[in-house]
Amino acid sequence: MTSTARHPTEITADPKVPLIKITREFDASPAKVFKAHTDPDLIVQWLGPRRYAMRIDRYDCRTGGSYRYLHVGDGSEYGFHGSFHEVRPSEVIVQTFTYEGVPDGVALERAVFDDLGDGRTRLTVTSLVDSFEARDAILASGMESGVIEGYERLDDLLAR
Amino acid sequence: MPADTLSMVFSALADPTRRDMVARLAIADATVNELAGPYAMTVQAVSKHLRVLQEAGLVSRTRQAQRRPVHLEAEVFDLMTSWIERYRRLAEERYQRLDQLLAAMPDDVEPTPGKETAT
Repeated sequence: MTSTARHPTEITADPKVPLIKITREFDASPAKVFKAHTDPDLIVQWLGPRRYAMRIDRYDCRTGGSYRYLHVGDGSEYGFHGSFHEVRPSEVIVQTFTYEGVPDGVALERAVFDDLGDGRTRLTVTSLVDSFEARDAILASGMESGVIEGYERLDDLLAR
Repeated sequence: MPADTLSMVFSALADPTRRDMVARLAIADATVNELAGPYAMTVQAVSKHLRVLQEAGLVSRTRQAQRRPVHLEAEVFDLMTSWIERYRRLAEERYQRLDQLLAAMPDDVEPTPGKETAT
């Protein structure tokens, strides 16, 4: 059992608005968790699904900045881009998110970094899309990869 | 659960009246007339909503003497719960990688926005 097991990831799919909310605590200061969300050299180490390499075109995480990155694997590339609408160090990142396979679709995402003291942070990420269908398609996209990554995780544990 | 069934379930639940009906049926079975009670719509309109829920497998109709109460199929909701659980596990994978990264980072970082990367 790793120490991370103490921090479960919680997901809520709101029944009234097409919103997904993820909550997670970290044993690190808001400054560190924030930096891991803004420094492209750090982002590539954790953000993408494990079975894809993450390639960053640009990542200018400042108010008014923008980003574009690709997940590369299985002979395919999947592009994502968006704009940073509000970035306040160690506090909040508000950004848009578009999967380039559905270029007219856009999610409004907000990451809030709450200082819990003692070098701990609660991260709350909400993703608001424009229809329940889009919300459900996003949830469904986790289905296949969730299972695959679950087994990879098990492989890692067994190899220790 | 095949994807087309899933999308039927979710489009059935995309309507606020149908979500309300499901919430009420989670408490107890009810007849169409009982379900229609609180809504400012005809029994025919309520029946139409029920048909969408029924086609998605979310509710069923049984025959009990003169009544045909509507019954919520709870196992369909269990499947939806497992679907969200898989998405949760995917996010958990991502954040466990972030845990490892944070543990390896120095403590005295400046929380400044990241440098701009080449395009």
